[in-house]
Amino acid sequence: MTVESGGATTAAQSFPSSQSLQPRETDQLVQLLTPEGERVEHPDYPLDLTAADIRAMYRDLVLVRRIDTEAISLQRQGELGIWASLLGQEAAQIGSGRALSPQDMVFPTYREHGVAWCRGIDPVKLLELYRGVSHGGWAPEEHKFHLYTIVIGSQTLHATGYAMGIQRDGAVGGDNAEAVIAYFGDGATSQGDVNEAFVWASVFNAPVVFFCQNNQWAISEPLEKQSRIPLYQRARGFGFPGLRVDGNDVLACYAVTKKAMQAAREGQGPTLIEAFTYRMGAHTTTDDPTRYRLASELEVWKLKDPIERVRAYLVRTGQAEPEFFAAVDAEAKEVGTRIREACRTMPDPPPLAIFDNVYAEPTSILREEREQYAAYLDSFEEAGR
Amino acid sequence: MTTLTLSKALNAGLRKAMENDPKVLIMGEDVGKLGGVFRITDGLQKDFGEARVIDTPLAESGIVGTAIGLALRGYRPVCEIQFDGFVFPAANQIVSQLAKMRYRSRGNVSLPVTIRIPCGGGIGAVEHHSESPEVLFAHTAGLRVVACADAADAYAMIQQSISCDDPVIFFEPKRRYWDKAEVDTVSGVSHAMPLDRAKVVLEGTDVTLLAYGPLVRTCLESALAARQDGRSIEVIDLRSLSPLDMETISASVRRTGRCVVAHEAPVYAGLGAEIAARVTEQCFYHLEAPVLRVGGFATPYPPSRLEDHYLPDLDRILDAVDRASGY
Repeated sequence: MTVESGGATTAAQSFPSSQSLQPRETDQLVQLLTPEGERVEHPDYPLDLTAADIRAMYRDLVLVRRIDTEAISLQRQGELGIWASLLGQEAAQIGSGRALSPQDMVFPTYREHGVAWCRGIDPVKLLELYRGVSHGGWAPEEHKFHLYTIVIGSQTLHATGYAMGIQRDGAVGGDNAEAVIAYFGDGATSQGDVNEAFVWASVFNAPVVFFCQNNQWAISEPLEKQSRIPLYQRARGFGFPGLRVDGNDVLACYAVTKKAMQAAREGQGPTLIEAFTYRMGAHTTTDDPTRYRLASELEVWKLKDPIERVRAYLVRTGQAEPEFFAAVDAEAKEVGTRIREACRTMPDPPPLAIFDNVYAEPTSILREEREQYAAYLDSFEEAGR
Repeated sequence: MTTLTLSKALNAGLRKAMENDPKVLIMGEDVGKLGGVFRITDGLQKDFGEARVIDTPLAESGIVGTAIGLALRGYRPVCEIQFDGFVFPAANQIVSQLAKMRYRSRGNVSLPVTIRIPCGGGIGAVEHHSESPEVLFAHTAGLRVVACADAADAYAMIQQSISCDDPVIFFEPKRRYWDKAEVDTVSGVSHAMPLDRAKVVLEGTDVTLLAYGPLVRTCLESALAARQDGRSIEVIDLRSLSPLDMETISASVRRTGRCVVAHEAPVYAGLGAEIAARVTEQCFYHLEAPVLRVGGFATPYPPSRLEDHYLPDLDRILDAVDRASGY
């Protein structure tokens, strides 16, 4: 009798020791590029990328890290209210983001700056949100990138519903098939909405890929507060495949996402991808990780940096010259300067914008409040104040 | 004109909406073969198929959350929440997601989702099956909240809600599902009263009596009884709870000088409080008496053997009318 069929005498019935709760990184980890920059083959994931593609990904990684660094500085200087850093998760986001087709739809959390970059969202739009100028100013359908969602896990249901719409539009299978990708973190896997999304996606066989960036920490709570089993294994209980990928390996994240999205587009239903990575920074700029985790943990993960390994690979294989790296660094500097200036000069919206876009047409109650507040503001101007 | 029960009128209205717009979907628990526990969606899956009338897994947040996704894709989902007390697992999806999407997207995203909720008591049900949570949604900017009280409005208002580009919380008075009325199923809803307007259902001169949903009929019966005592009560069916049609309400109160609001929901911090405040602001010099409220107590909904005490009935409504008239 196996544990899975309800075996009576195994460890499944007793509480596991805290040691056995520690996720084993080697559990079925898909990896195509080692932390040292060595290419390794995986039978299920042959790579279809050219040297130019990999150089482009390197550029993406460097630029989004620069955007992130710049945003943290802007927050420290009082230009942003808060920032949620993606430091350490660049490969998970660029790899998966570049695996998408233009017609695929993305449902992000509030940390998917790298995916936003891949979908052509100007980073300045992200700064708007964290500056408090808007709640997210881009047109989701234009970029096929939904607004950032802050209530943890809520967007996984939106993604699944959207995927059900794709089914109803007959856009599964065929040349122009579409699929959806939902991003969330390890903490979100405890949310009811994420579990409901898994149920829905499974029973309706919806074309959606669940991309979980397991960065090991939900603010101060480590993974073992969320799960007793590796997260990718959750998928099995819902009836669809799950896999774990090296989340700091941009090539592997690209390959597994590409394959899962293709399967979804072809009508094979959902996949759960657990990108095993690490949140190198604080949860947000208001957080202080020194209160709950050891610096030694950070040192271990620094050796697995998602950018360094690509650089090492490109150099070792002679696929990029020093001029290339210098040009990317120069571009990163330019992007940093541009968004810093754009952020600093970003005006506040006019006060009466508060009343816009609550309903398709303003209601009588809203019109009245708007008029009263406009008159109130005018009264100061008339008084010359 | 056809004579229909309120439940059949809703069914006919849903059918019409589905015929008129292929993007209209119905989703909820047991809405397919069973036709819903109140049979509101009876026969729709048979005629429109499983892709458009979706029996969902049993999770309310999932129903509303996936409806949002479908709406983002261009569909017009109509969600059924089986009973009033079951809507709260979906609270995040309704209040934090559905209501705010247009605003947070600066108008880039519309979510034309209708959420039908059978509401109110009076059917001898177990707990969580008799509640009136409307004010929780009326307090949430971005939602429209409406309540139908009769078959004719049920038929028109459900279609108007579905075609509305804003999310609509649609309350159905479950104890009135079997009340019959004449319904115009021929003219089309473009001739119907706009969704955000209140309706004077009985004209009167002495007191304005405001109600919605299940208590409209109770208030009409109260007004007819009072007429025998020589008292003329104007009854207004609010229909739209958010936004409120203050124009119709204030015009009436300015004539009568007295106003009573009745609802099943607890009086405390209920819709009556908002109406009382607004009527006081807008009709201050016309008022002969304070605006009075009659409704549920500041308690959870009681066991059903006590619900006749909890729910405002003809006598409690007339008692409030008497008190308003005594100033």
